[in-house]
Amino acid sequence: MSDHTTPNKTFWTTANIITAVILVIGLILTVKRFTMGLGSVTNLSDDNPWGIWIGFDLLCGVALAAGGYTTSAAVYLFGMKKYHSAVRPAITTAFLGYSFVVFALLYDLGRYYRLPYPLTIFPGPTSFLFEVGLCVALYLTVLAIEFSPALWETLRWKKLRFWAHSLTLVLTIFGVVLSTLHQSSLGGLYLIAPSKLHPLWYSPYLAMFFFISSIPAGLSMVIFEGRLSHKYLHHKMDQTHIDEAPGVALGFSKAAAVVLFAYFTLKWIGVALDNNWHHLATGWGAWFLVEMFGFVLLPCLMYAVAAREKNLNMAFYASVVAVLGIILNRLNISLVAFNWQLPAEARYLPSWEEIMITVFIVTLEITVLRICLNKLPILHEHPEFKGAH
Amino acid sequence: MEFMTYHDFMFWTKGMAFVGMGIGLVAFVAFWLFLTDRDEDKFADTEEE
Repeated sequence: MSDHTTPNKTFWTTANIITAVILVIGLILTVKRFTMGLGSVTNLSDDNPWGIWIGFDLLCGVALAAGGYTTSAAVYLFGMKKYHSAVRPAITTAFLGYSFVVFALLYDLGRYYRLPYPLTIFPGPTSFLFEVGLCVALYLTVLAIEFSPALWETLRWKKLRFWAHSLTLVLTIFGVVLSTLHQSSLGGLYLIAPSKLHPLWYSPYLAMFFFISSIPAGLSMVIFEGRLSHKYLHHKMDQTHIDEAPGVALGFSKAAAVVLFAYFTLKWIGVALDNNWHHLATGWGAWFLVEMFGFVLLPCLMYAVAAREKNLNMAFYASVVAVLGIILNRLNISLVAFNWQLPAEARYLPSWEEIMITVFIVTLEITVLRICLNKLPILHEHPEFKGAH
Repeated sequence: MEFMTYHDFMFWTKGMAFVGMGIGLVAFVAFWLFLTDRDEDKFADTEEE
């Protein structure tokens, strides 16, 4: 860690004031949601039972938290040790991402106190939703154990740290299996609605599309956060992390370029298999083309150029476009192209309270992430455990 | 495109999918060559082993 120290700065910076305002408004709306019910804060209806809390908080949250399994698989399963410094930040982001996915889910569930019911009282093993719930619960446990060494090191609980660290390989395998299952099952949820989802987004291969697109989503988040950490938390990074950061960004750019290329090709094969070519000449087709060329092919080519030219700025911009593309894809499937045949007045538009609660949850997650990165040995090694992992 | 039978439909869509796969695979080779063209040492990992 560099010796760079910041002078005595006031706590009430502009960013912190904005954060505080968002958190206060979010808390007020939270009280309203849990005391007066879903109808008091949402525009959800029988036609549109899933809104922005599922489309953004859950679908996008899970996809963008995929950096955990992609990074740990690259390092521990494929032996790419040169990316080792990226594992802890990626696991931390994934752990917080999944934690806040579950937290956001509580807002969306009418009877939130029945969240454990599918695992205890009445499981529905034939349902995709059951599989998603089971896998997310198990994977959150896996991520908690994978994340815990940073906590045990700070607390100097060496036995617990040794126990958690010794499980790394098993947990990585378990994490990859669980992620493969639930990332795809989230897409599988929409297989039940072929008449509601626009044909250009509906496909029998939705589950595969969700899983494949989660890989560049996770890689892009690692690149994106790595760059921001480098800029704003440079003083928290040790020399190993600083030295390895460019290699991580460029290596992940190459991997993301390859997977995005495969995803782009497979999406068109999906269009061909369902013979949806004629939809491309409509307004929906134009929107689909924007998504495919602007937010899949463009970041793919940007990543390729970044990896080829060793251009870190290009890798960062590509990660921004790719992350936006994943968000756009998930929102298209869950909200924009869903119920596309309904008249405009029956379509779902989130209320300002729904949007504000989503902003509140994202802000809360970023705040907790900032605290973790500042207080725990994530961007640097703990002095007492150097080289121990 | 008008399909008179289910066979017609499957023949057309499967055919288009196979054409897509062919184009995708050929394009991937070109893409891979573009991606790795400037790698400093393509056999570094092999030599280390």
